[in-house]
Amino acid sequence: MIELIQHLINGFSMGSIYALIALGYTMVFGILQLINFAHGDVYMVGAFTGFYAIHFFKLAEHPSWLSLALTLVVAMIGSGCLGWCIERLAYRPLRKSPRINVLITAVGVSLFLEFAGQLFFGADPKFFPQVLSFEGDWSFNELKINPLQVLIFVVSIFLMLALDWMIYRTRLGRAMRATSFNLEYASLMGIPTDQVISLTFVLGSTLAGAAGVLVGLTYPKIDPLMGVLPGLKAFVAAVLGGIGNVRGAVLGALILGLSEEFLVGYGAPTFRDALAFGLLIMILLFKPTGLLGLKRAEKV
Amino acid sequence: MSTPSPLLTVAEIRVHYGVIPALTNVSLEIMPGQILALIGANGAGKSTILRSISKLVPLSQGSIHFQGELISQLPPHQIARKGISHVPEGRGIFLNLTVEENLDLGAWAAQNPKTYDDDLATVFELFPRLAERRKQSAGTLSGGEQQMLALGRAWMSQPRLLLLDEPSLGLAPQFIERIFELIQDINRRGVTVLLVEQNALQALEIAHEAIVLETGKVVMKGNAQDLAKSDAIRRAYLGGEYL
Repeated sequence: MIELIQHLINGFSMGSIYALIALGYTMVFGILQLINFAHGDVYMVGAFTGFYAIHFFKLAEHPSWLSLALTLVVAMIGSGCLGWCIERLAYRPLRKSPRINVLITAVGVSLFLEFAGQLFFGADPKFFPQVLSFEGDWSFNELKINPLQVLIFVVSIFLMLALDWMIYRTRLGRAMRATSFNLEYASLMGIPTDQVISLTFVLGSTLAGAAGVLVGLTYPKIDPLMGVLPGLKAFVAAVLGGIGNVRGAVLGALILGLSEEFLVGYGAPTFRDALAFGLLIMILLFKPTGLLGLKRAEKV
Repeated sequence: MSTPSPLLTVAEIRVHYGVIPALTNVSLEIMPGQILALIGANGAGKSTILRSISKLVPLSQGSIHFQGELISQLPPHQIARKGISHVPEGRGIFLNLTVEENLDLGAWAAQNPKTYDDDLATVFELFPRLAERRKQSAGTLSGGEQQMLALGRAWMSQPRLLLLDEPSLGLAPQFIERIFELIQDINRRGVTVLLVEQNALQALEIAHEAIVLETGKVVMKGNAQDLAKSDAIRRAYLGGEYL
């Protein structure tokens, strides 16, 4: 029982990290039908922005909630700016090009960020300092809970609820949903679709940046290639939930996080990374639209 | 006596899709308050004219002025905000949003946001069906109701000029009649209408002026009632080679 709860906590914590990244994939896909392969690297840049913010403001010397909040905010601003630049410089000039050109560009941007990261941050892993100090684990009899994992979950849920509110309850969110349904129709409504697209990249990148910092806190080793695998897995999570569907991405990510955790805990830890890709193959074979995805009506 | 100036002036526009010409040297004018019908066979370039007015397709040549202002350089969303509301072919409804959310999006382009409540009341007066279904997803509406929603949403943007692309397409005959009545109603409330229709004879019944297109060129223009009587109209409507 204790073990089960432990695994659930780990799974939800990892799942919410995947969710924060997956949201960026799914939102961008929803609007542009583009898989932004550079998204995992935006998460990496978020972690490094947090890392440098901690050093610059000497936050590790004063661990507190305020330091954590400051680190998160700086990382989110940094990765948000990067997301804006990527869209503006790499994707917007190709808006009218065939989709394959944009896809190849996405791979190019991803490689560019990874190797520019190695150039500027150094290829060796860096130690992510703690900005929040906890006195060991919280113990409830036998059960030991790492407060950082709870923190990850809580912060992620907060960010996801904020996003959900923005998308479903505000005027801007309505414009985003309209643009994602049909960009041309949205522009006929007077919606500045280019700005909506920029906003989508910024929001998605911001969440990825937050994920970068949260991961840095729990697994305190960051390097310029750290975004590759979580990026791909978050992409799988988005497909699992139904790519283009915001709530689906969160669901897919939590399922992926939990199943990885249970696989590691109860059976075959070496298959951890294979699970996501096995799942991807299964979804594409049996339910290509994902769990919550809808079939798009084909235009006649 | 001074003649009133046209609301919209399309001057010598050319449009290409790749290397294929879609419009070759089309000019037209709409006077304020009119319904102008654009008729012609499939592929004659009717929709392309509307799409080039809204800048959904780029012009290779020519210019478009609206209320004396050059608009052919502007992006689509700014053209919408000038008071040109384009209901595209297939109606352009956001099927993932509710009826109310669709109407609300129409108001993005409105120049006077203060009259939102009045505009909404007018829409529900014109289309009581929409009031009943305001919380429903637009995807659950029938084709005729969706066309009403498209017209209602256009009204929310307080248009001076309404571009309608095949409003009767896919509708049952009794709905077509109703939609044409509603278009006339909207026109009487002060909105100029540029109407693209395959249903040529019915379009000519409600239009003041009409233009006949054939393979990207204007082949006839004039009073709608006169054109309705001419043989040439039937020839153009059927595509020429059939007679």
